[in-house]
Amino acid sequence: MLYIFCPHCGSRSQNEFAYGGDATVKRPELNKEISDQEWNNFVYLRKSPRGKHLELWHHISGCRQWIKVERDTSTHEIFKTYKADELTE
Amino acid sequence: MSQDFRLDNIGMVNRNKKISFTFNGKKYFGYEGDTIASALIANGVHLVGRSFKYHRPRGFFGVGVDEPYAILQLERNNERDPNIRATEQEIFEGLEVKSVNCWPSVNFDIGAINNFLKMFFPAGFYYKTFMWPPSFWYKIYEPFIRMAAGFGEASIKHDKERYEHKYEYCDLLITGSGPSGLASAYAAANNGARVILAEDKPRYGGSLLTSDVNIGNQTGAEWSEKIITELKSMSNVIVKNRSQVFGYYDHNMLVMSERISDHLPKTQKYLPKQRLWYIRAKEVLISSGSIERPLVFGNNDTPGVMLSSAAKEYMKVYGVLVGKKPLIFTNNDSGYETAIEFKKNGVNPLILDTRKEPSSDIITEAKNLGIEIKYSYVVVAAKGYKKVKSADIAKISDNKKDLSNIENIECDCICVSGFWTPSIHLASQSGNKSEFNEKIDAFIPKKSKQKENTIGSANGKFTLEETINEAFNKGYEVSNKITENNNKLSIPTVVEKKSTEHDKFWCVPLPKGKSYKRFLDFQNDVAVSDIELALREGFRSIEHVKRYTTLGMATDQGKTSNLNGLQLVSDIENKVVPQVGHTTFRPPYTPVSIGAIVGREVGKHSKPTRKSPMHEWHEKNNAVFVDAGVWLRPRYYKQGNETLFEASKREAKNVRKNVGVCDVTTLGKIDVKGPDAAEFLNRVYTNAWLKLPVGKARYGVMLREDGIVMDDGTTTRISENHYHMTTTTAQAANVLSHLEYYLQLVWPELNVNVVSTTEQWAGAAIAGPNSRALLMKLFPNTDVSNEALPFMGYKEADLFGIPAKIYRISFSGELAYEVNVESDYGNFMWEKIIEVGKEFQIQAYGTEALSTLRIEMGHVAGSELDGRTIPHDASLEGLVSKKKDFIGKRSLSRSAFTKPDREKIVGVVPLDKTTSIPEGSYIVKDPKAKLPNPKLGHVSASCWSVEYDNPFSLAIIKDGKNMIGQKLFAMSPLKNKTIPVEIVSSHYVDPEGKRVRA
Repeated sequence: MLYIFCPHCGSRSQNEFAYGGDATVKRPELNKEISDQEWNNFVYLRKSPRGKHLELWHHISGCRQWIKVERDTSTHEIFKTYKADELTE
Repeated sequence: MSQDFRLDNIGMVNRNKKISFTFNGKKYFGYEGDTIASALIANGVHLVGRSFKYHRPRGFFGVGVDEPYAILQLERNNERDPNIRATEQEIFEGLEVKSVNCWPSVNFDIGAINNFLKMFFPAGFYYKTFMWPPSFWYKIYEPFIRMAAGFGEASIKHDKERYEHKYEYCDLLITGSGPSGLASAYAAANNGARVILAEDKPRYGGSLLTSDVNIGNQTGAEWSEKIITELKSMSNVIVKNRSQVFGYYDHNMLVMSERISDHLPKTQKYLPKQRLWYIRAKEVLISSGSIERPLVFGNNDTPGVMLSSAAKEYMKVYGVLVGKKPLIFTNNDSGYETAIEFKKNGVNPLILDTRKEPSSDIITEAKNLGIEIKYSYVVVAAKGYKKVKSADIAKISDNKKDLSNIENIECDCICVSGFWTPSIHLASQSGNKSEFNEKIDAFIPKKSKQKENTIGSANGKFTLEETINEAFNKGYEVSNKITENNNKLSIPTVVEKKSTEHDKFWCVPLPKGKSYKRFLDFQNDVAVSDIELALREGFRSIEHVKRYTTLGMATDQGKTSNLNGLQLVSDIENKVVPQVGHTTFRPPYTPVSIGAIVGREVGKHSKPTRKSPMHEWHEKNNAVFVDAGVWLRPRYYKQGNETLFEASKREAKNVRKNVGVCDVTTLGKIDVKGPDAAEFLNRVYTNAWLKLPVGKARYGVMLREDGIVMDDGTTTRISENHYHMTTTTAQAANVLSHLEYYLQLVWPELNVNVVSTTEQWAGAAIAGPNSRALLMKLFPNTDVSNEALPFMGYKEADLFGIPAKIYRISFSGELAYEVNVESDYGNFMWEKIIEVGKEFQIQAYGTEALSTLRIEMGHVAGSELDGRTIPHDASLEGLVSKKKDFIGKRSLSRSAFTKPDREKIVGVVPLDKTTSIPEGSYIVKDPKAKLPNPKLGHVSASCWSVEYDNPFSLAIIKDGKNMIGQKLFAMSPLKNKTIPVEIVSSHYVDPEGKRVRA
């Protein structure tokens, strides 16, 4: 069970969190004309690298904040965690 | 029966407490503190089971977790416990155990015929012998093998015992209380670290209890007693015995199983049977010690052949002799300690040492005691079937290839010592890549992977002096890193006998013309010949050899067999052991009971049960409950002998005719607050929200980004910046996460907060033509007329002194209201509604009637919004704004979602107006068409229409709009039914929606 540092609450066990997938996806702006392909990429295409990955986790049984976690998907090493409004670019 | 093999003046069992137990139905006596193994050996019993494959007699081989043989079936409190190790299970009054894997009895076992048919059971026999003809596999071979496989029988009864889970955090977890564990715990605890010290046995001290050493002018046992007493008294230390740390997981989380009541006749009232500890440790010191390595020779599985360290522990801890004519067979000095212990207890051993001319303190001592020693000697084969009766011994040449002078000598046990194997399992589980140490011929941990260090003999340190020094230093070092304290203890002086190196020899060659089975893996009957065969057949990787021969598998996971297997493979392949490598160690280190893993989360406790504040009223009024997500909801209220069908029909009819009340507390409720709340809702829902006035509700549909409907519900504008959103019961949690996702990550610029208020409000839906009349009586001071409180209106009102909220919304299609009060007043509200509603013939209705009402009205619910439908499919396209953007909108213009013949919701009525259509039925044009019959869609929900008194269903079918009026068929292959049906509008009752607006 992973031990995840929540930037709001401190280190907590994985079972307080829900996994939220690839954090590098950016939603297209509202009312923007975009191609089917572009939309399709946003809705369905997710990175799943072996190694360092930026992921979303939701602290559902804690502060209910979405956070970003930089984790190695093969070793589970967590390098750093960020608040939702950090790393927006 | 008297305990013929019990010694009088030695051991740590409580002689004042005699305990009786039965083994295979026969009564025996032991003492408090005995294990089943020590008590049986005291009684001279060595035959306890039969082996896995050949059903050869099995005795005792070890004295702890490494035991491969003595696996028994235990009965306790009418509960069955399979596969317990006799070497670990302590006896208690009334304990009942029996042998496994033998029939009809352990003494006369029919399966032993396998021993004479062994040519049919070579390595990988299940891939070979039972392959042809193929048709035999399923009916004959598999059932036979299944019957023959496995040891104990699991109970099929419900386990009434309680198992607990516990979460613990500490600075330092130490796994094992031998010399290194005790010393490091002592050093770290005195330096202020919060320490957990875990010991799998009942007694602390490990090897200190059995070895002849001296620490700080005390014997090993005295010193360990002193240290453990001190540790127990410290507030920063948790000391646990009967506790096995069996798994090392990510981020320094370790799991330990504590056997709390297994050694007691009955679990005490407020104690669980076992407790599983999840321990998050800042640092871990692995002090799990080492296990003696066997020597391999002919028939080395005969009962009476056992590890020499086990024989010593049986004497020193339990006061039990494993034999009265012992033969010690060793390749190192450890065997001498056992021999000396025998001699001290009045028994004359004979030592066979594979080495040519060893000399050390302990050998000198043995000689001085007059113990007979033969150098360059080996045991060729054990003789005797159910117990060792004699041994063929021989002189071995210097190159260890040739045997000479074979003679037979009488003995009743053979104690073997092939040096020591460090228990590196936990380090390995943590990710530590081990390395082979040629000095000790075993693997030891390499560089720490997680925050772990291995110390003592688990780290290949086989002298006490090295061990104590390393442990004191590591304990200080690690604690200093955490506490930054500098309280360093002085290390006590250690006196022990110097020993020499071991002989690099483990497997005795076969004498000419003999074909003795020489076993490597004792639990799975894997012999030297099996490994040789696997290699001849081309298996090279040790992982493949393991799986083909089953070497190192089963409940002991090869604790005694792995290294000898590796050595053999490397000898045959002319490699060295590190080239062969070892198989992966995975948790658990020892078997863990399923009960401990599951803990309290059994039956209804696998999920919390949520009840509404009105639950007690429902119970009192004969509600039959149904699980709705985690909630319990009344399905119907039973009157007399009513069936579900009759009751729900009565309840639904009463809503259409008079008035009904339904508990809707379980609906998800979310408060949406903030200046940008309207804009946020406008982006979340498919319809327009910016112009909703205060005091009005609106029905809304929300999508996922892929265009699929996620949820629906009404949201009410309570005040300028405050909305009360409702969700379906099932999706409440997901919707909240969904909203938080968009607010925190996608549109953080919106000034909005969301919070769940599901549990804050109790809700009652009042529905039916009499509902307004009832409302007028409930709220005499509030104008609830159609003008003052129109459809989709909202009012705050006073319910007999309690603040209440009235929403005029309807799920049933009738004139209806939902009244909410704070949860604590829920029951009060409900009872008032029932009391005042009497004159209007009110009846409570459950979810079954609720479904009936919504289905015949054509309202969609979870069965239609099933994660596959877009708004169009559920006839919700009128709610999809063309003007504004919202979550999932772009997906709706994808080609598959805009096809003209896309599925759409319709109503379905059987032509005979009597046959109910099973939910899930297919709608087809031709019931006799060739399979696969092209299906137009499926029936999503069925009910008995109380309005028309005939069955009615909803279905989602291709090109549904143009199908209305057609005669088709509903087919249910599951129920084997084909029903001619007519497709009608999904709005079966009141299609214009007059009633809700009345």
